[in-house]
Amino acid sequence: MADNKQTEKEPLFSKKNLGLVKDPLTDNNPITVQVLGICSALAITAELKASVIMALSVMFVLAMGNVVISLMRNIIPSAIRIIAQLVVVAALVIIVDLTLKAYVPDLAKKLSVFVGLIITNCIIMGRFEAFALGNTPWKSFLDGIGNAAGYGLILVVVGFFRELLGSGKLFGYEVLGNPVEKTWLYSIGYENNGFMLLAPMALITLGLIIGFQRSRNKSLIEETH
Amino acid sequence: MSTKRTDSNGYTIIFAIVMVVVVGSLLAFFANATKEMRVNNDKVKTQLDILNAMGVDATRANATEMFGQYIKQQYVVEGTEATENSEAYLIDVKKEQEAAKAGKTQKLPLFVGEKDGKTVYIVPVRGNGLWDAIWGYVALNDDLKSINGVYFDHKGETPGLGANITESFFKDDFKGEMIFDAEGNYKAVEISKSNGDPNNEDKTDNQVDAISGATITGNGVAAMLKKGIGLYLPYFETLKK
Repeated sequence: MADNKQTEKEPLFSKKNLGLVKDPLTDNNPITVQVLGICSALAITAELKASVIMALSVMFVLAMGNVVISLMRNIIPSAIRIIAQLVVVAALVIIVDLTLKAYVPDLAKKLSVFVGLIITNCIIMGRFEAFALGNTPWKSFLDGIGNAAGYGLILVVVGFFRELLGSGKLFGYEVLGNPVEKTWLYSIGYENNGFMLLAPMALITLGLIIGFQRSRNKSLIEETH
Repeated sequence: MSTKRTDSNGYTIIFAIVMVVVVGSLLAFFANATKEMRVNNDKVKTQLDILNAMGVDATRANATEMFGQYIKQQYVVEGTEATENSEAYLIDVKKEQEAAKAGKTQKLPLFVGEKDGKTVYIVPVRGNGLWDAIWGYVALNDDLKSINGVYFDHKGETPGLGANITESFFKDDFKGEMIFDAEGNYKAVEISKSNGDPNNEDKTDNQVDAISGATITGNGVAAMLKKGIGLYLPYFETLKK
């Protein structure tokens, strides 16, 4: 196959391969440009810690899943390829969940909500379908890492603003002072914006990020018809 | 494009069967290999949660030892009868609730703890939040009328909103709160949105301050407390006599 020949000549970290990791961070970001994975970005970004945990879990599942699908790409019958992809992602998620529950039960407890959400993450099925089914395992691995990092980057940015403005905290630490005892910023009349903790503000924050990105890079703006 | 070998019906069916068998065996192997550790982790977690409700800080490493130290007796309550049972903490509250719905008598675990010379009675509670189950333990003072401390946990409440029931700023509000009103009627503790007492200084109003944006989870907690503690009232009556 054509892609096999290419990798034989190509060094592991060729410019093209590195592009697989770099592009999804900015100009081909799965959330802001491809508009995938929005659901989980809205659901779990009320806290920065949850955003980071979700980003790392998705990175593991997407990178491993991409490799498995890529290894199986020549034997998966096209009629049931979506089911095969779903089985792979569900199996990976269950294995991650069981391993965490056995070895790090406290972390598993915090992850439990998000681990379930990974199965429904559109980015994972999207990357399996669009990339892993037609590329070598190494490229698919890089593509998985890149896309998960691009997804995680947006999650962390949204989570940062929502937790900071919504509860005055970052990673659970009170960075703007104590709202009950009215210390620091709260002593001069600052109030937390509780609206930031609700899902609509996640959508608005995301919209602002998309707007900002497109104002900096005009090539991302679709032509109006 | 010529039809590929992988497109035939026979191949598709065989592939599906092989995939299911391989993935199924793999998952069964993983589940079995980790079962013992998971069951043990759950036991330790239960002990930790019970200790947490009575305000003892334990870690996973010393939970079993601390549990033996602080929990003096464990009972299984059925109606107004209680029998001592050293493994009452292993009773599955969820299964017992389902059994009660099917018409059987519900086995209610009760833990008698002692801290700083004071006796506390700890009861498990379980109910529904917004998305999924919520549960916890309530430690009652030895007057059996006021709360010594609570522990709450949840399966899938929204992070930053309903999930905050596990945070100490919420749980601490329950300390000292009465579960009976001034006339002696059983009210448990309500979660109030329009509480004129946000710092929770009034312990006799049967109310604690709600969490903004988590109305349904809060209502779930209140309903869970009312029902959960209520189940023990017949037995508590016999204790008071």
